[in-house]
Amino acid sequence: MMGRAADGAIGRGQSLARTPRALLSLGVLAGLVLAAIGAPLLAPHDPFDPATLDLMNGFTAPMTHNPYTGDLFWLGADDQGRDVFSAILFGLRISLFVGMSAVALAAMLGVSLGLLAGYLGGWVDGLTMRAADVQLTFPAILVAMLIFGVAKGITPVAYRDEMAIWVLILAIGLSDWVPFARVVRGAAMVEASRDYVLAARLSGRSGPAIMLRHILPNVLSPVLVIATIGLAQAIVTEATLSFLGIGAPPTQPSLGTLIRTGQSYLFSGEWWILAFPAATLLALALAVNLLGDWLRDRLNPVLQ
Amino acid sequence: MRAHLIRRVLQSGLVLLVVGFVAFSMFRFVGDPVDNMLGPERTQADIARLRTDLGLDRPIPVQYARYLAQAVQGNLGVSYRLGRPVADILAERAPATLELAAVSGLLALVGGVALGVLTAIRRGGIATGVLMTLSLVGVSLPTFLIGIGLIYVFAICLGWLPSFGRGDTVQIGGWTTGLLTASGRRALILPALTLGLYQMTLIMRLVRSQMLEVLSHDHIRFARARGLPEWRVLFRHALQNALVPVITVAGLQLGSIIAFAIVTETVFQWPGLGLMFINAIRFVDIPVMAAYLMLISAMFVAINLLVDLLYLFIDPRLRPAQQRSGG
Amino acid sequence: MSVGPVLSLRDVSVSVPGRGARGARALAVDRVSVDIAAGEVLGIVGESGAGKSLLASAVTGLLPPRAGLSGGEVWIAGARVDHLPEARLRRLRGRVVGTVFQDPLGALNPLMTIGAQLAETIAVHLPLSRSAARQRAAEALAEVGIPAPADRLGCYPHELSGGMRQRVGIALALCAAPALLIADEPTTALDVSVQAQILALLKRLCRDRGMAVMLITHDMGVIAETADRIAVLYAGRLVETGPVRDVLDTPCHPYTDGLVAAVPRIDGRPGRLAQIPGAMPPPGARPAGCAFHPRCALARDRCRKDPAPEVAAAGGRAACWFPCRSLPARTDP
Repeated sequence: MMGRAADGAIGRGQSLARTPRALLSLGVLAGLVLAAIGAPLLAPHDPFDPATLDLMNGFTAPMTHNPYTGDLFWLGADDQGRDVFSAILFGLRISLFVGMSAVALAAMLGVSLGLLAGYLGGWVDGLTMRAADVQLTFPAILVAMLIFGVAKGITPVAYRDEMAIWVLILAIGLSDWVPFARVVRGAAMVEASRDYVLAARLSGRSGPAIMLRHILPNVLSPVLVIATIGLAQAIVTEATLSFLGIGAPPTQPSLGTLIRTGQSYLFSGEWWILAFPAATLLALALAVNLLGDWLRDRLNPVLQ
Repeated sequence: MRAHLIRRVLQSGLVLLVVGFVAFSMFRFVGDPVDNMLGPERTQADIARLRTDLGLDRPIPVQYARYLAQAVQGNLGVSYRLGRPVADILAERAPATLELAAVSGLLALVGGVALGVLTAIRRGGIATGVLMTLSLVGVSLPTFLIGIGLIYVFAICLGWLPSFGRGDTVQIGGWTTGLLTASGRRALILPALTLGLYQMTLIMRLVRSQMLEVLSHDHIRFARARGLPEWRVLFRHALQNALVPVITVAGLQLGSIIAFAIVTETVFQWPGLGLMFINAIRFVDIPVMAAYLMLISAMFVAINLLVDLLYLFIDPRLRPAQQRSGG
Repeated sequence: MSVGPVLSLRDVSVSVPGRGARGARALAVDRVSVDIAAGEVLGIVGESGAGKSLLASAVTGLLPPRAGLSGGEVWIAGARVDHLPEARLRRLRGRVVGTVFQDPLGALNPLMTIGAQLAETIAVHLPLSRSAARQRAAEALAEVGIPAPADRLGCYPHELSGGMRQRVGIALALCAAPALLIADEPTTALDVSVQAQILALLKRLCRDRGMAVMLITHDMGVIAETADRIAVLYAGRLVETGPVRDVLDTPCHPYTDGLVAAVPRIDGRPGRLAQIPGAMPPPGARPAGCAFHPRCALARDRCRKDPAPEVAAAGGRAACWFPCRSLPARTDP
């Protein structure tokens, strides 16, 4: 019943070619992913190399020549004279990397736990599902914040900035495994009683490994949908954490970090430092979300 | 139903115990509490005394039990960063967050239900199309971008509303409220809107789909066939039935409003629990993080139980039958 | 004594959207005319999809969203109502025309006590105070044979049995003493033992109040037990109408004959449990000529070409080229 809450304007059973919105989303996403991959080639400047920065270029407006240096920046320059366009390309890289890695981690964790819970049943199943219930009591972003905070506490101070990206992936990934586990567990419970699993166990092979091969085709489409919607969430969570100053550090700025920096200059009129990263994040989040919506309606699996 | 309630209470207790253990583990194992609490000029004797005071020489289960007992009594330790009792900080910060969350929740509920009903009744209308598209964008929009956008338009461009802080507050007993001053109310508008918008779109979409389903039911046809006025059919019979599942979602949303208050409070520098929590994470102030975790969990658990009870109150089918008659 | 029928339908047609995305609209009810007098039960019978419920909905203007009245006239108590605006029609509902639905559990609001639902309906139609409305609600329950009615007012629908719920449904329909009661499959969802009680109740109310009753059913047994007159619908058209005894004894339309023969007999004789071969065509896919001809054993070329004429038959009328021809084939007296 809850699934009907999201009755969108997107109809069921339409192919990609006939839904311009999904097609546009895919195009935008593909463009952003390509831009992120090709960032070192596409970026006019290297935002990580302090040697190329000229403080005289600070606050240069978009598409205007700096009165002192004569340099031109498409999307302007930030307070330190860093090219905003280049910063966005590299920020996009980090945002996408963190988002995708986090979803991959969540999927691996969720699929493994779901498989084990469904296969073994008993107390393993009980424990896993209770843990899922407890975790679901809290919004994912809060769980991610806590994990980030704890991990930060454990990391030695000298390595904190360096480790921040990995800690971020860990925090977001660990906060989002439950939907994967639930779907796979359901499928695994059905398969566990089949003859081939018994045969595999009798011949001394690993039950879960055999099951995974059989279950995977069945759960592939719901897992894909969960992963896509999860990716949108992970990107937004990452941006939010970084915006709050507890995510990607200024030395490795993601889109959220850039927005955090840009927010300080909103009042003084240097809107471009904030607006362009924000627009990029918005396009990214919207594209992935719409794509996820379309996938869900298209594949229409029974989702929790 | 009674068995269900008992199970839910036990489950809630379990959640609190687990969360308590997580909080305790954070306190005990992340960083050395003794290290954090004593200044640089400490003696070996100081360390030993504090260890005994904190009970760190006892077995772990005993420490956990002791930690829980202390927490229940309101002794949540001392902030590493501020050097003040955490309980005092929480008490000082809580009113700001609770006022913000309550106003946002109310906004989300009232706005969401109203717009959901509107878009369900005017199914093919232009306003419905616009609202549904906006809600799709609204769900994808990160909360902090909504906040920044609102600040840009209403604080910077138009200059109508303040962009940060809580405005003037009034002290009533131990509670500071911003609701009684004009500047306090003005300061509340943008944060409340930022925090409530996402939940509002969710509730709107849910109410809409529930209304559409209920409106096709037989009892709606029968209500019309009995000659009841249309407003009564819509708002009494249809809405009442449509709202039953909305309660669960709204309850859960209230929980996430409190969580997302962290983001909103940071954007608007709102002096509440969320801002405190973010600073605690940034400076690895473990006692504050642990206390916040426990406080928030207690709120979530209470909300969930309340939702269960509310169900019982609203849906007579869940109550034990009073009488049954044949015929 | 008779001052004309309570309900009079004149060539009423109801159109529905055709099949497919842009199919033309099709007639689900095709020029049907029937009358119901005060104190009379008219049974409308037919397979599902024959247009019975649409015909009933057309009386009060509560057709499903995409269906519409596309022709004909509806007269209630001597006044034409089919062109009335929605606000005027609403005043007819409940007050002049009561309706009883098939599924009594689905037809009641599950979250309101039956007392509240009764009181609310009474308050809309009668100028009564709160306490008087509650009093009237208890009386309404007593009238439909619910024991200890005052105690039942606080019950929720799920706390009552199916038969009790349907009695509540009838009480709700009769709150404002309507002149016409439309009962759409009122016993289909009930146990057989309860069916008879509900039908007896409807018949008693009809006689006591001098109310006209339109009883819609697919069950010939229900018709035989309750109705005074019968109207048989097939594929949206009225194929036979007349006094129930006459029609059941000597059905003139081959379709009516098939329906009568399909009723299992309880008088001991091994009656033919006949089935009519084939299926009724949906609106928009009806064949030329008489719509029944593909399933009719008596069909001739004429039936395939021209619509059947209406002829006088066994105390009523039938729409058939070869009425009453099936009689020799039957072994009954």
